[in-house]
Amino acid sequence: MKELLEKVVINYPYLAAGILFAIGVLTVLTRSNVFKKLIGINIMESCVFLLFVSAGNIKGGNVPILDTANPKPVYVNPLPSALMLTGIVVSVSVTAFALALIIRLYNSYGTTDLRRIGEMDYEVKKK
Amino acid sequence: MKIRNVLIVILALIALYGIIISVAEMPPYGSPDNPVHNQVSERYIHKALEETGVLNMVTAIVLDYRAYDTMFETIVLFTAAIAVVINLKKYHDKSSSADKEDSLIK
Amino acid sequence: MKDYILKRIVAVILPFMCMYGFYVILHGASSPGGSFAGGIIVALSFIVFSTIYGLDEGRRILPESVLVWTESFGTLWYGLLGLIGIFKGVPFLANLLAGFKPGTPGSLFSGGLIPLLTLGVGIRVASTMVTLFFTIKEE
Repeated sequence: MKELLEKVVINYPYLAAGILFAIGVLTVLTRSNVFKKLIGINIMESCVFLLFVSAGNIKGGNVPILDTANPKPVYVNPLPSALMLTGIVVSVSVTAFALALIIRLYNSYGTTDLRRIGEMDYEVKKK
Repeated sequence: MKIRNVLIVILALIALYGIIISVAEMPPYGSPDNPVHNQVSERYIHKALEETGVLNMVTAIVLDYRAYDTMFETIVLFTAAIAVVINLKKYHDKSSSADKEDSLIK
Repeated sequence: MKDYILKRIVAVILPFMCMYGFYVILHGASSPGGSFAGGIIVALSFIVFSTIYGLDEGRRILPESVLVWTESFGTLWYGLLGLIGIFKGVPFLANLLAGFKPGTPGSLFSGGLIPLLTLGVGIRVASTMVTLFFTIKEE
């Protein structure tokens, strides 16, 4: 148990990413408001970014910009940062499109609560 | 409703246990011997200046080694903007366009 | 918004914000930042302006035709620059292989094709962000 805890404490950024991911999943599953679901999805996305960028880190490493004055530098891994740049743009696109859809939903139903929208649909079907 | 919430919390706790177990098995954070720092990133670090002429390695990767990727990324952003505009754009001159349609039909 | 202090402060800050965005875009080759961060800073300056001064005023200084043109030609600019490689007989979007000069590292125009691509992507991201903001705010 102590060994496990020590390993977990060394890997604290991964643990933070995992806990954030759990919070995002819980938000998506338990809230019936669409806005809150979208916020949960955004939390999950940002924790994936955190996981990737912290996986590329080296303790005491430099920023990945070539420093000609430094003879033997240690640079952190530039690849995860570059990949996450793509991920951030995709996340922005997804968020914008989801917001547009939510605005349309609100215009046609007058609410963003999925449970009430389901009740409305059920009543319409019953008639 | 209450049973459902309890079930969800139990599921989340199980998932958290799995996360902790898998985090303990990850390679130690911040160590230079991690499997992430393999020959790919070494190539980018040592050869970026020679092959692209740019000091910033992230820019070298995004706009030179993986420029094709960035191109389709901009297309993703473009598509999202188009989708938002299609969904939300209001046409203020509705009456005039309706008139035009009428004149076209006639 | 009718706040006098906000309007004066924005009028002073705004040119510097916009210029800082273009600085980040153009120096993406030698310093932190790059096309996406700089483009979002440029877009943010316009978003701040149209939040404080009203949406109509923002529409007036950045009309829809300008947004449409910059938005669609950013992607086309990227593709056309990539085609230079094909005309020279090397792969699509090739940089130094296609005969571009690398320049002195650390200067403004180092890296051959990269500053041009950066400028295109930055302007594209800025116009997309402004379009998204205007469209969602109008609703």
